[in-house]
Amino acid sequence: MAAIDTTLSPPLPMSRIKPGRIVMWTVLFIGGLLMITPILFMFSTSLKTSSQIYDLRLIPQSPTLANYIEVLTEGQFPRWFLNSSFVAICVTASNIFFDSLVGYTLAKFRFRGRQFVFIAILSTLMIPTEMLVIPWYLMSANFGWLDSYWGIMFPGMMTAFGTFLMKQFFETVPDDFIEAARMDGLNEFTIWWKIAMPLVTPALSALAIFTFLGNWTAFFWPLISTTSKELYTLPVGLTSFAVEQAIQWEMIMTGAAIATIPTLVVFLVLQRYIVRGVMLAGLKG
Amino acid sequence: MAMDTTSPQSAPRLSMRTRRAIWVWAFLALPVLFYSVIRFYPTIDAFRLSFTDWNLMSKPAYIGLQNYRDMFASAEFWKVFRNTFAYLIIGTPISLLLSFLIAYFLDRIRFGHTFLRALYFLPFITTASAMGWVWRWFYQPAPTGVINSVLGSVGMGQLDFLRSTTWALPSIMVTAIWAGLGFQIIIFMAGLRSIPQTYYEAAKIDGVGDFAILRKITLPLLKPTTVFLVVFSSIGFLRIFDQVYNMTTNDPGGPLGTTKPLVLMIYQTAFNSYQMGAAAAQTVVLFTILLFISLLQLWILRTR
Repeated sequence: MAAIDTTLSPPLPMSRIKPGRIVMWTVLFIGGLLMITPILFMFSTSLKTSSQIYDLRLIPQSPTLANYIEVLTEGQFPRWFLNSSFVAICVTASNIFFDSLVGYTLAKFRFRGRQFVFIAILSTLMIPTEMLVIPWYLMSANFGWLDSYWGIMFPGMMTAFGTFLMKQFFETVPDDFIEAARMDGLNEFTIWWKIAMPLVTPALSALAIFTFLGNWTAFFWPLISTTSKELYTLPVGLTSFAVEQAIQWEMIMTGAAIATIPTLVVFLVLQRYIVRGVMLAGLKG
Repeated sequence: MAMDTTSPQSAPRLSMRTRRAIWVWAFLALPVLFYSVIRFYPTIDAFRLSFTDWNLMSKPAYIGLQNYRDMFASAEFWKVFRNTFAYLIIGTPISLLLSFLIAYFLDRIRFGHTFLRALYFLPFITTASAMGWVWRWFYQPAPTGVINSVLGSVGMGQLDFLRSTTWALPSIMVTAIWAGLGFQIIIFMAGLRSIPQTYYEAAKIDGVGDFAILRKITLPLLKPTTVFLVVFSSIGFLRIFDQVYNMTTNDPGGPLGTTKPLVLMIYQTAFNSYQMGAAAAQTVVLFTILLFISLLQLWILRTR
């Protein structure tokens, strides 16, 4: 093995040399640590008392959960946490249902107007949210949707991105499967739900993760559509909390940590799916 | 003749076709309603509003192109315009270069690959408003701010960061680059993986060096990925809001408006001063720029 290596190594590129590898790994590792430094410091400071925050040691001398207890009992964080969860779960469920239903219809049915519907939906990708918020706001004011869960959720109930992603995946489902199901006398809805959907679970999981994370971290529209604190989502609530706390950085970091922990948990549990999903979405989109 | 043989069955076949069409439109009914009412109508409404003067109190008054004239004549608009493009023109190349370098080397590492990748990807899934505050804390003067404390402890001068009219924008930009880097790295790695290994093997047999392989094979074949990321990143910087808003809450877009991007201006015009018409005109400008960039992408990838 070693003999083969040495005989072949002169024409091969330098990358075979081990010290170079070690340097490369070390540099990447240090870079990676720098990337998570803000997150580490956030957690570290959230475990310190206000008198310790000038001590920049990463491991707190006497870590305490007092900040968490104070933030969770005195502030409205539990409420905001529930609001964000509720909104993100509802919007995700809606996208899973409608985006895949539309994607399936566009991929597996030949009907008049199919191309038109597809292009119309796709063209909405070109319209930035920022352009729509003013009409959405006026619409919400007219219908009394301001300051309500539905008001936060309605703009995202379906997305062109999700529809396009699901269409791409349903196209890989063989027509024979669907035809066979039709022969068995299943109705079209059952065929979609029971036969086609289980065949695209990787795409569905990617869509679910993106929609959930996207709505969990969403800031712009929830900031506009809610005015009472009871209806804030976590990111908007955190901003108002941080403004009130002014310079109590250990409290602000605790709030920030509470907003971040769920996404970290989702990431650590579903890392493989998330990375694969980003790759899928990036390449298809 | 063919028609003759099928004619007895044409009635049930037609009905099956009709039945399927009914299914199709039953599936599409709510989505068509949704896209019409929540996407297309508001788009048209935004254009319509941009020709009106409306403060939500009185009735909207049609004023033609006056909002646009006022906007293009205002120094504040051009300042915001410059800021927005500063985020884009400095931020995009830096983030692309960094993410490519990291992806290129990370791709060659086997030992601890998933772990290293996770370190770089983690910031991408964090909440922008939360991390805006973390970075804001980092940028504080000593002894509060982490960066200035470190600078002080090694005997270097202090930096004003968010309080400086020069450095506030780059400081916020760093936060935005940091937040988006993980995504770009993953996409670059996916692009690198999609290049067939045989090309590399052939080049190695021919004795082509690493750098030449990078220049002659990797970069040209990576062009679609790069174009996608340039567009994606540009659009992200043009729409920057969360970081700026959270890092400058005491004076949004400050100091002296030097960090204010277009979306923050839109937000303030619409929801602080309630000038709905003027704000709509600003969103039309944003839309036009984004449309132009998207069309540019399509054009570049078509001429490939």
